[in-house]
Amino acid sequence: MENFEQKRFWQKWNLTSNEYKCICHMLGREPNELELGIYSVMWSEHCSYKNTRSLLKMLPTKADWVAQGPGENAGVIDIGEKELVVMKMESHNHPSAVEPFQGAATGVGGILRDIFTMGARPIAILDSLFFGDFNENKTKYLFNGVVGGISFYGNCVGVPTVGGETIFSKSYQGNILVNVMCVGLVKREHIVRAIAKGASNSVILIGAKTGRDGIGGAAFASVELNEKSEEDRPAVQIGDPFAEKLLIEACLELVQFEEVIGLQDCGAAGLTSSLSEMSARGNSGLEIELSKVPQREVGMNPFEIMLSESQERMIVVVEKGKEERVLSTLKKWDLDSFIIGYVTDNSRFVIKNNGEIVADIPVESLADGAPVIKREIKEPELQKRINQLNLDEIKEFNDYNTVLLQLLSSPNLSCKEDIYQQYDHMVQVNTVIPPGDDAAVLRVKGTKKAIALTTEGNGRYCFLNPFQGAQIAVAEAARNLSCKGALPRAVTDCLNFGAPENSDSYWQMVQVIKGLSESCEFFDTPVISGNVSLYNENDGKPIDPTPVVGMVGVINDCKHICTLDFKAENDLIFLLGESHNELGGSEYLEFIHHRKCGLPPILNLSLEKNIQSFCREMIEKDLLASAHDCSLGGLAIALSESCISSGLGAEVELKTDIRSDCCLFGESQSRIIVSANAEKAKKVAEFAKNEKIPFQPLGYVKGNCLKINDWINIPVTQLKKAWHRINLDLKKDNWMVDYFKN
Amino acid sequence: MKFGVVQFPGSNCDLDCYYALNDIMQVPVEWIWHKQENLDGFDCIFLPGGFTYGDYLRVGAIARYSPVMTAVIDFAEKGGLVIGICNGFQVLTEAGLLPGTLTRNECLHFICKQQTVRVENIDTPFTGMCKKKQVLQIPIAHGEGCYYADKETINGLEKNNQIILKYCDVNGNISKQANPNGSISNIAGISNKERNVFGLMPHPERCIEDCLGSDAGRLIFESILIYLEKKNILFNHKKTPS
Repeated sequence: MENFEQKRFWQKWNLTSNEYKCICHMLGREPNELELGIYSVMWSEHCSYKNTRSLLKMLPTKADWVAQGPGENAGVIDIGEKELVVMKMESHNHPSAVEPFQGAATGVGGILRDIFTMGARPIAILDSLFFGDFNENKTKYLFNGVVGGISFYGNCVGVPTVGGETIFSKSYQGNILVNVMCVGLVKREHIVRAIAKGASNSVILIGAKTGRDGIGGAAFASVELNEKSEEDRPAVQIGDPFAEKLLIEACLELVQFEEVIGLQDCGAAGLTSSLSEMSARGNSGLEIELSKVPQREVGMNPFEIMLSESQERMIVVVEKGKEERVLSTLKKWDLDSFIIGYVTDNSRFVIKNNGEIVADIPVESLADGAPVIKREIKEPELQKRINQLNLDEIKEFNDYNTVLLQLLSSPNLSCKEDIYQQYDHMVQVNTVIPPGDDAAVLRVKGTKKAIALTTEGNGRYCFLNPFQGAQIAVAEAARNLSCKGALPRAVTDCLNFGAPENSDSYWQMVQVIKGLSESCEFFDTPVISGNVSLYNENDGKPIDPTPVVGMVGVINDCKHICTLDFKAENDLIFLLGESHNELGGSEYLEFIHHRKCGLPPILNLSLEKNIQSFCREMIEKDLLASAHDCSLGGLAIALSESCISSGLGAEVELKTDIRSDCCLFGESQSRIIVSANAEKAKKVAEFAKNEKIPFQPLGYVKGNCLKINDWINIPVTQLKKAWHRINLDLKKDNWMVDYFKN
Repeated sequence: MKFGVVQFPGSNCDLDCYYALNDIMQVPVEWIWHKQENLDGFDCIFLPGGFTYGDYLRVGAIARYSPVMTAVIDFAEKGGLVIGICNGFQVLTEAGLLPGTLTRNECLHFICKQQTVRVENIDTPFTGMCKKKQVLQIPIAHGEGCYYADKETINGLEKNNQIILKYCDVNGNISKQANPNGSISNIAGISNKERNVFGLMPHPERCIEDCLGSDAGRLIFESILIYLEKKNILFNHKKTPS
């Protein structure tokens, strides 16, 4: 009878019988309830990466400029002049799907803590958001909540939200993606590790009191969402950005103290994971007294205290006997702090409650003990079928004016101003290129340098060909940066997939990681941090595999940057790169023809690299007036954007050796639209010829209309109107009334 | 000449104000902690933007009770210059140093964008370097910037020329379309009757360098500097017997 009860208990906590056996073996006995709960969260996919750990090893992580690769709270690169950039991206998909406002808000809070625990001041936030069908009221409810939550938290803590992307696709209908990237700056001597070492050193818990919120959040994030998920709202935490702001300032003072050994935030799985990870990194043990943990509610049991995901808490390990300066600094910022235990040298994680031992676990079994799961890799049977596309079946139009206006006003291609104007994107006075361009650019105070930031994900390409789709995500991110004049330096990624038990999803996972590895290697952009989010499904159907690539690039002189808007009448417009007869996986094909099939555009990595480096070279030589990445929606959309943002028209003549629709809306890779005045354009043409860069004159910046061959002729004011047609400011929409009626 | 930047818990434009004064304008500036009760030796106090105490309860309502505010009120009553930007403006209205209040934007959410404002009064320590009716591009970033006061107060503000900045379009026209948040009379910034306390929603500290898109905010900083320099010269003249 007892065994039966026990069995039900571990099944409830998503452990397999094999895992349970392993636990018994490692402990040398059967675990008690608290220990089982601890293993359950630490061995959840969210904390242990048991399904993906072996795959992630493929990713390149090293380069001369990488100061810290994966393994700490965030990755770090050296950008010279004693400045280091810290970055990380993380998902908060499941919490945002059931409670969009708090889910997104605490997503921002969590990733910020990953940055300032490294000792860095957070200087930028970017969000990649993927929602379901825009016309569904449920989507509007989620979208409104997520944008509101990011705005609420990011604005309050004073970190600018400078970029990201927002995609609507049926694939994310029941399982939205909220991926948040944070970037920070730190001087080398102030970098701190999340480590606990040195026997008898004090373990101090700072910040908010521990409550019953978010219990089991990590485990919740490691199963599929279903119609009952909304009942799991208690597993979503509540954010307090004011407390976070105080933590940021206080921690940035603490990291300057020699006596501070390690700093760690309490994220997923709360005290359990932060404490066990810190001691695992330090090859040490810990002894914790739970009665010393300040509690928000009465009568919390050890299990609840250890697994609470109450936000805005940090752990700091301080040299014994030297706690005073740390405690008084925290007091200055009106932050509570409590010594809850000390470091030991016996590699055991011992938890006491009023002096009585309630758990005693070998540290290494929690951090790396979860048995790695290897699965069979098999291409889905249907894959070949979705790759079929016969262009002859796709009708070419005579008049593309309507099509262009339709596309410009589609949810994915329309102006995202309504979103980013809700975010403070200027605070900290570094924002040189604000949101709305290919990438955001921030100057680095006290130097001539600037950094460029972007995020890029394309679930549709990855659905059609996960390997190639992942490569394109990296290529496009790098191209975004190169168009602003920045040399791509490093990647942080967020890999969103369905359940690993689903063999199609697993195959996608393997292909994506292979694609990322090859292209990151090729572009010299090591993956220095990241996160994997599995179980993104709804009613058994996985989302499109969606690797989101966050990339940072470095600009040596902030004077040499380029924006996407045309600058002056009579400037010449050129295309770097070539257009091909391809429409597979394009926005045009799905939005206009309702087909999601074919193969993603061909990507030639070396051509891509050459074109990008050529573009950077021309920007550095100050020869370009504008540069704009040609991606989602193709040439016609990119040209429209350059026109709209400048208010200038363009007269363009495209070569017609390929289909008209492929010319206008095909998404061939490795293409950049640039403009320059006559004198500079001549030089650019010469350089292109010498360096064998495919280079095509397109036309001139001219008049008030965008004219392309005899296909398109639309006044820029009309383009602008279409681009702003969709109302993304949902407070003005009456969807809410309808949504709550149902 | 000495400037002070107040740090409340939750201020987040404090570093930007300090940077503007120290690094760009290169004038002496010191931090003022919210618990500080003595402001002797300062000539101009900045209340920066941000979310003091998380703006919980009501914007600026808790910060108003910080010990430093008693000192700021005293400082202002003695004629010291006080400028409150964004959340600082909200704190000033809560503290009663400026009339009226700032409520939720008409659109019900936060707005961050470049905005044009027209200078309505150049006879103040904060706008002396501007031209009459000059249009300045200064960014805004706030959720509660909708200025409200009763009719009598608004009439008083108008009569005394206390309205310093109004939201306008790029050509300087004051219209409903140019009003980003629903403020009465497009009010973006006001002063007290004595002209030594100035509150404004736009962020001049965000636009004093070309690389950030506009340097219109410099005019506000330069106005203060010139005013204080003149005042000090006068003050010194008075002290030295002729």
